[in-house]
Amino acid sequence: MTTKLFGEPVRRREDPRLLTGRGRYLDDLGRDALAAAFVRSPHAHAVIRDIDVSAALDVDGLVAIYTWEDLPDRLAEPLPLLIPHPALTHGRTAYPLARERVRHVGEPVVMVVARDRYVAEDACALIRVDYELLKPVVGVEEAAQSAQLVHDDVPGNVGARMVQEVPSAGGLDVREVIEDAPHTLAFRLDIERSASTPLEGRGVYARWDADDSSLRVYSSTQTSTSVRMAVAAKLGLPLPKVEVIAPDVGGGFGVKIVHPWPEEVLVPWAAMLLNREVKWTEDRREHFVSSAHERAQVQFVRVGFDDEGRVLGLEVTILHDHGAYTPYGIIVPIITSTQLPGPYRLGAYRVEFSSIYTNTVQVTPYRGAGRPQAVFCMERTMDRIADHLGLDRTAVRAVNFIQPEEFPYDQGLIFQDGRPLIYDSGDYPESLRMLKELIGWDSFPAEKERAAAEGRRIGIGVGCYVEGTGVGPYEGGHVQVTSDGRVHVSTGLTSQGQGHETAFAQIAAAELGVPLERVSVVTGDTRRFGYAVGTFASRAAVMSGNAIALACRKVREKALRIAADALEADPRDLEITDGMVHVAGTPGAAIPLATVAVLSNPLRYAFDEEAARATQFAGAASFDRPPVPEGDEPGLEGRDYYSPIRSTFASGMHAAIVETDPLTAEIRILRYAVVHDCGNLINPMIVEGQIHGGVAQGVGGALYERMVYDGHGQLLNASFMDFLMPYATEVPHVETAHLETPSPLNPLGIKGAGEAGVIPVSAVIASAIEDAEGIPIDKMPISPSELFDLRRAAS
Amino acid sequence: MKPPPFDYHAPRSVAEALDVLAAEGERAKVLAGGQSLIPLLNMRLAAPGHLVDINRLTGLAGVEVEPDGVRIGALARHAEVERSEPAAAAQPLLRQALGLVAHPVVRNRGTVVGSLVHADPAAELPAVLTLLGGSVRLARRGGPGTPAAGSSTAQDVAAGGSFVVRDVAAGEFFTGPLESAAGPGELAVSAFFPALPPRSGTAFREVARRHGDYALAGVAALVVLDDDLRITSAAVACVSAGPVPLLVDVTGECGHRPPASAGWAGAARAVQDRAEPEDDIHATAGYRRHLIGVLAERALRDAAREALNG
Amino acid sequence: MAERTHDITLVVNGTVRRAAVPGRRLLSDCLRHDLGLTGTHVGCEHGVCGCCTVLLDGEPVRSCLTFAVTVDGREITTVEGLADGERMSPVQRAFAECHGLQCGFCTPGFLCTVTALLRDNPVPTDEEVLEGISGNLCRCTGYQNIVKAVHRAAEIMAEES
Repeated sequence: MTTKLFGEPVRRREDPRLLTGRGRYLDDLGRDALAAAFVRSPHAHAVIRDIDVSAALDVDGLVAIYTWEDLPDRLAEPLPLLIPHPALTHGRTAYPLARERVRHVGEPVVMVVARDRYVAEDACALIRVDYELLKPVVGVEEAAQSAQLVHDDVPGNVGARMVQEVPSAGGLDVREVIEDAPHTLAFRLDIERSASTPLEGRGVYARWDADDSSLRVYSSTQTSTSVRMAVAAKLGLPLPKVEVIAPDVGGGFGVKIVHPWPEEVLVPWAAMLLNREVKWTEDRREHFVSSAHERAQVQFVRVGFDDEGRVLGLEVTILHDHGAYTPYGIIVPIITSTQLPGPYRLGAYRVEFSSIYTNTVQVTPYRGAGRPQAVFCMERTMDRIADHLGLDRTAVRAVNFIQPEEFPYDQGLIFQDGRPLIYDSGDYPESLRMLKELIGWDSFPAEKERAAAEGRRIGIGVGCYVEGTGVGPYEGGHVQVTSDGRVHVSTGLTSQGQGHETAFAQIAAAELGVPLERVSVVTGDTRRFGYAVGTFASRAAVMSGNAIALACRKVREKALRIAADALEADPRDLEITDGMVHVAGTPGAAIPLATVAVLSNPLRYAFDEEAARATQFAGAASFDRPPVPEGDEPGLEGRDYYSPIRSTFASGMHAAIVETDPLTAEIRILRYAVVHDCGNLINPMIVEGQIHGGVAQGVGGALYERMVYDGHGQLLNASFMDFLMPYATEVPHVETAHLETPSPLNPLGIKGAGEAGVIPVSAVIASAIEDAEGIPIDKMPISPSELFDLRRAAS
Repeated sequence: MKPPPFDYHAPRSVAEALDVLAAEGERAKVLAGGQSLIPLLNMRLAAPGHLVDINRLTGLAGVEVEPDGVRIGALARHAEVERSEPAAAAQPLLRQALGLVAHPVVRNRGTVVGSLVHADPAAELPAVLTLLGGSVRLARRGGPGTPAAGSSTAQDVAAGGSFVVRDVAAGEFFTGPLESAAGPGELAVSAFFPALPPRSGTAFREVARRHGDYALAGVAALVVLDDDLRITSAAVACVSAGPVPLLVDVTGECGHRPPASAGWAGAARAVQDRAEPEDDIHATAGYRRHLIGVLAERALRDAAREALNG
Repeated sequence: MAERTHDITLVVNGTVRRAAVPGRRLLSDCLRHDLGLTGTHVGCEHGVCGCCTVLLDGEPVRSCLTFAVTVDGREITTVEGLADGERMSPVQRAFAECHGLQCGFCTPGFLCTVTALLRDNPVPTDEEVLEGISGNLCRCTGYQNIVKAVHRAAEIMAEES
């Protein structure tokens, strides 16, 4: 690497566009498209008796109305179950439009296409659906015990049950270990629902080209390649006739990795059928009731430990609320159950989860994806152990840490990618040392005492996590240097604000030795790159970053080979600086990369003066070999893929100081500190931003956000008025420090960072409130009203 | 989330507005700032057949500070009233409360009179009007008649036709949650907030989940001292404490004493006992009742301090 | 029956624009779909998120809680009108410099709000900045760099004045 770009806080290249209103989000496209809107179920559980559209037919501007009866062939089948798993014995997915039965409020029943969205909603309001109400199943414990079934053929509402067990080194099972332990504790923990809630909802815009029999679909998605395959399959189109593009996307946080959403197949289908452009832009209320939620779990914990707080055995049983359907399989509870051990060496571990159907919005990954629940469980357990033994909370953690020399460390579990859960690298003791210093852990007791003397209640909390990032199976990168010297990078995964255009350009510029300004990056456009998995699981930098680096290395090798010919030098003596290939130490002997690109493509036709150098009479060619030698290809471009053996494991530790008002029970975060280790940093500014945003979402999940369902399965707070996403006034300043433990698994030594910030926040805040109040906190989020009730109950 | 269709009316005079309101009665809604109405329309929770947009009635825009109080026209935005130094000098509770109404950008558009007519028991301004004993002036089309006595603005806005106005005292104006005394055909043209008496102070304290949200509980307080700086009257009005703003006179509980030795805790308990808060998804009734007590004491103490300092 | 429309004239970013809109047309939709100014975003349509904030005669307002017909004849500035030709405004530059945006969806609302905030209060305190942006939701940044950007914009404006 000749140009120092990797690791620099380079300003984002997407910003000028986004700051001047020139971003192109889904609803900014297709100004003349027809608008789709949906009649959605107002009931949590009902049989559809009849749909009467007659009153809507007179609406001026109405174009079409569709129900399930209208759907052809594969569109009339249930949507795909994306991630099958042997333990998911009763996976169920929805139909694009409800067939006979609705299973949650918000499920789409009728699709309306009209001149604009106003008119489409007018028509929706006039469509009468006759429902026969069924008893709704709400609440995961109720569902687990209920005779009432969400799906008639799923007994006990249990979609999946899965156990993973790691016996002790001596071969004892966890129950024996806990029985024999010097100390044991048993308790229950609860976490409520929250959701991704990106500020841009979902959206789909489809253009059917009847002349070409081809379809172009724009979707606000985290995976355009997979939407493409799903659309082609559902509509029976040849794959090359379907292109899917993720334009600028206004946040994802997990909810947009699910696909194909009903609208993602229905809108293209309607566009084909009507031979008109059709667009659907999700509104906020739809997003609350018809996208996805996450987090809700009930956990039953038993732990056995020794006098120093060493965990000898841990047994966790989880009830996971999966909502009405399981399109994304059981990834969330798998992650909870496998990431639960965190940075600790547990003597023995057994985890069992049951994934339960309820008549609520489906549950699919939201940033953190099961990890916030896992960390809440493990860290609450650590605090309980410390409390029981009268030890410092960080001391109990330290005694359980996996040590730096123990890597790679095999937790003995199978991770979400179906591969062994083996930590690649990390330095947990150092991380904790840095955190304690950053927050002032050791001096806090004195601070607390001083505050108490003033009548103030403050408390400190801590939380540690390990996050499997960069899961496979693969991503790819394509890099092309054109004869103007510009470098065009493309990768298939998508962007939702992570700054990929910048980070990937930094990687390419550093690898190729070209100025950053010459590099452009395209993501999420199947016209440019067709093979990809998607953006989720903190994987984009690890997967596409390394794939692009590998592709660049191919290009660089070829460039040096061609330049060596032209300069009559040994390729091993060449380097590339500022877009010039030159002999190291010999300034005069140089050739621009642009010229190398020209020479890489033997031409018959000179389309410009520069190109003339590569034409057949230019005299550069050797007559001993064909213009394009065997095994070579024309052009200065390269494609490569990165497919890791397994995930790489980032880690981090957070601490917070909170103040609780002795009278009003208001909870305020005074300080928030983060030590974060995601291996080598590509762009520290972007990583910091990811952490800030993650912590803010974590604060939302800890103190403000929840999905409140009543017993009828109605979501009572389906608006930003009542779903309390934090404003600037609610989010603390985040102090960060970085530790860089490179990953040995990939060429760049990097680990994922996207989800990190959100993961331990509920655990940390609970720990701090508990410290301030002296009352066990075992349920999150917590509101002032709930803290008030806890105080009452404790006194 | 798009509003349902309606017939749009943009009257150029109050008389014209009243004509439409008279003709359409219950079917018509008045649009001023729209910060409460338009969300309801966008969610299709309201579907008026007619919308009477009074934004062109510039005669209703004023904030007039009179010796006895502040008269706020129907088009005066929260932000304008909040910024008004004369208004703040005449009645400081206005600015104290307005700073708690939603967020600055919403206050740029929302109107004080609109907030009153919306009559949300969780909103600040109805409590302020109630505590101060203010009133709302309602106009409607009438036969030949005379404007109510003392309603000087009636003449100003009457250009082009006869109509009748009535001033409704705060105590009668708020009739239930989201219900006010403004009837079909009536337009709230202004509200009057009495000036702060001498040697008195006000305060507004509330607890909201997020800054700018509707309060879980809130208390506005007014304390008046006599020449010896003893409390002659003390009262609070509470937000989210029942179907309408809850006014509680705690003069008796405070005792005719200097603020330093007043019975604030007893006063707060009295307020708490009168409150009828409800459970909702954000807080239990019990917690709200507790908050009302805490906030009543804090607001009363603050108001008394203001009274001493003033 | 076709819905009645009203002919309106808006001065948007200094240019006179005309449109025929039904009474119920939200200003946000009018700007985006009738006038093609899609920089103003729509995040909730009930006035909470602030994505749709534009300047109405210089004052920030929620365009999703404003009917286009109501503001007939008024001046509107959207995010497209903040830059001086190709040169971004101090607020825009500060957001880029301080990494005050990620997905960029909420950004136009913040930019309009902050532009007015700094015009009225060129050297705001931390508390005034928080109050000033308190009605705008951002799901990506955690606000920290937005607050930093507001202060930085104030600095740039002071340097350039």
